Amino acid sequence: MVTLNVNGKSHQLDVEPDTPLLYVLRDNLELHGPKFGCGLAQCGACTVLVDGKAVRSCTFAVSKVARGKVITLEGLGTPQKPSPVQRAFIDEQAAQCGYCINGMVMQATAFLAARQSSPSESEIRQALQNNLCRCGTHQRIIAAVKRAAALMGKGA
Amino acid sequence: MATLETSRRDFLIGTGTLVVSFTLASSLPQDALAQTAGKTKPVALDQVDSFLAIHRDGTVTAYTGKVDLGTGIRIALPQMVAEELDVPMEKVKLVEGDTALTPDQGPTWGSLSIQIGGVQLRQAAATARKALVEMAVQKLGIPSADLAVKDGVVFVRAEPKRRVAYVELIGDKSFELKVDKDAPLKSPKEHTIVGQSMPRPDVPGKVTGTHTYMQDFRLPGMLHARVIRPPAIGATLEGVDESSIKPIKGARVVRQESFLAVVAESEWAAVKAARALKATWSKWEGLPEQSKLWEHVRATKIAKDDIAVDRGDPKAAIAGAAKKLKATYDFAVHTHGSMGPACAVADVKGGKAEIWSPSQAPHWLRKEVAAVLQVDPNDVHIRYLDGAGCYGRNGHEDATCDAALISKMIGKPVRVQWMREDEHGWDPKGPPTLIEITAGLDPQGNIVGWDSELWVPKADITEWPRTLAATLAGIPQKEAINPGNVHRNLDPSYPFAHQKAVAHRLDSTPFRPSWIRTPGRMQNTYANEVFIDECAAAAGADPVQYRLRYLTDPRGIAVLRAAASMAKWDSRPSPRREQSGSIARGRGIAYVKYENARTYCAGVAEVEVNTQTGAIRCTRFYVAHDCGQIINPDGVRAQIEGQIIQTVSRTLKEELKWSRSRVTSVDWASYPILRFAEVPEVHMELINRPAEPPWGVGEPAACLPPPAISNAVFDAVGIRLRSVPFTPPKLTALKGTAARS
Repeated sequence: MVTLNVNGKSHQLDVEPDTPLLYVLRDNLELHGPKFGCGLAQCGACTVLVDGKAVRSCTFAVSKVARGKVITLEGLGTPQKPSPVQRAFIDEQAAQCGYCINGMVMQATAFLAARQSSPSESEIRQALQNNLCRCGTHQRIIAAVKRAAALMGKGA
Repeated sequence: MATLETSRRDFLIGTGTLVVSFTLASSLPQDALAQTAGKTKPVALDQVDSFLAIHRDGTVTAYTGKVDLGTGIRIALPQMVAEELDVPMEKVKLVEGDTALTPDQGPTWGSLSIQIGGVQLRQAAATARKALVEMAVQKLGIPSADLAVKDGVVFVRAEPKRRVAYVELIGDKSFELKVDKDAPLKSPKEHTIVGQSMPRPDVPGKVTGTHTYMQDFRLPGMLHARVIRPPAIGATLEGVDESSIKPIKGARVVRQESFLAVVAESEWAAVKAARALKATWSKWEGLPEQSKLWEHVRATKIAKDDIAVDRGDPKAAIAGAAKKLKATYDFAVHTHGSMGPACAVADVKGGKAEIWSPSQAPHWLRKEVAAVLQVDPNDVHIRYLDGAGCYGRNGHEDATCDAALISKMIGKPVRVQWMREDEHGWDPKGPPTLIEITAGLDPQGNIVGWDSELWVPKADITEWPRTLAATLAGIPQKEAINPGNVHRNLDPSYPFAHQKAVAHRLDSTPFRPSWIRTPGRMQNTYANEVFIDECAAAAGADPVQYRLRYLTDPRGIAVLRAAASMAKWDSRPSPRREQSGSIARGRGIAYVKYENARTYCAGVAEVEVNTQTGAIRCTRFYVAHDCGQIINPDGVRAQIEGQIIQTVSRTLKEELKWSRSRVTSVDWASYPILRFAEVPEVHMELINRPAEPPWGVGEPAACLPPPAISNAVFDAVGIRLRSVPFTPPKLTALKGTAARS
């Protein structure tokens, strides 16, 4: 049995302790925000927050979470009440197939939470450097992160 | 007429009761279910009811065989329907890619979803609108000239209170009408929906995790499967040690000849079993040595020659020319590189198959699955669900056939999820492409003759590529090769008096080929547009001015001038003089009329070349684009941005690697793609021509980056790059060839 705190709720789960967190979230908790992209921590599609830090859940064993608090894409907001980062992605129409977008939103959320000031374009590019997108949505994603910083009232 | 009995009960069994969140069930109004109760839903392309249903609640369901692969047709097609039918946008729901409910409008390929799929829907809507107005004439006793329509209500123009709503005229009844190709379309001047940037309905769900992807779909009692592919492409399975997965709870082996898979109740158990399973395979080393690929291509047997253009006498013109130029261009093998590996769910029972798939071609796939299961296509029902972007035929269809075969073998619903190495290693590939061009120039540097040859695999264009499931399981199938229409755009987009272009269709190619975004048109435009730049340099002419010597099509001239103007094109011959420091800067242009038949585009690349390391960065890309009538400008912009960025990645970085046995580019480390820091700024100008037909948008602009970047690098450092991808070692190796600036 593994105890897991996800999006503010505690769960008791009968899973093998070596199961990657991604499979537990997707298959046991039916949280489909995080995506299986590579299983190798290379692309970022599976990103979740563990105690506020962006973590690649495809290679992160569920037992390693321990008492950590997990937040998934669903834990940030809903279509009716999106988080500022989600709001900005919707406003910029920053998704094509959208498969990588979970990772972009989660990485950007961790990145913006950790800073006071509004990031430069080059800082945003660096922050997302290890997140891959195949559709070529990058320009809109950068614009969305800038917009999110403004929505969150980050200073210049 | 291909039809399938659908009843309310079938719908509920097929969707609602079985799954927690299933897009069709939630997107289909209850009236649509009631309407089809006990009836046959027509799907023939000539019937209005195949495309449209108007319900009692005032909503409209539009049915399309095309699918939204992240391209935005989920909003653009309803815009075309709402506009032509005169109903509010929010009333239109779209059903995509369900083989029982939608007309077969062809696979979602070739930049044809709007141009063909949308135009068919629009004509059905125009026919419906005309019929509804005629019904209103009867009901109101007023001639049609005195009637107007707004928001699904027909009213007397002089007396708007005299009115009748569509629902009162037709609500939930079928039209029983053939699509009238002459039903009048609205004047573009009246358009209030078409031509507007409207947000896509799927974006909020994709951004918040509520959108149902294929990978999220589950059936009760379903098992998770993983396929185990041979360690060498042509190897056969000699033995399986089933005891090797015994410690993994609930996991079992599924095998038919060399088709090998494991199934388990939990997904992680299936993954672990696939990794743990011990199997022995025969040896196979049938791939050509990678370093000798182009010799291999030249030595491959030619099945036939296709002539793309043959005008005048280019051989004589070139022989008598003042100057002769010849160049060879090659383009590496590419993989689709979808962010999510392929996935599908199949439930095969009693010879009937219920399938959920992210395929770009549900109607085609139905026949493929039927061939694998050896059943009638009418016993296969495919429903589309969004996968990760596929950009052509990637692994989706193979994974679907895998799921169908495994489900048939074990008699349970099965979900197949490919792993990363399955997708990179086993999706069909964009074939290696080689092009050679010869031209003759007169003393003023004008092109007097153009002669080009292309080496590409032959194409059984109406056949799907061999499926892995059938190949490995020993199921009979046609030995078809189909890389798509890769000969298109071999003829340059300039009407030279003497020109010939021949496609040598090769009998075989190292990897099972398929189409990857802009198949052939990208490679051919790359060669043509670099070569004309080489001619311009030989003539000492500015590359834009030089193209204008030959371009006669006013829409082509307009995009070329617009791209140059946006980029503040500095008119002069290449290469550029006065470079200093270790970073050299250059600009290059490219132009194409897609398939020499539709969408016009021109692009300017700006590059920075590190003269020490040979690294190339594309910093900005400018595109001018004319696709005729624009349905949704923001959707067009998104498609162009995506094509430029994706193709900059393909141009600068991408090349499949292999050993004599197998693909060795099996993940993102061994097949790198463009990252954020390398992404260019994309700027564009859309030329909207509302009175013209709406043409394709998803592929044409992807022709531009390879030639524009090659031309920009020449401008920067005087080196011609004729081999995609343009990697630093290739540039460094050519340093001695730099043209003097």
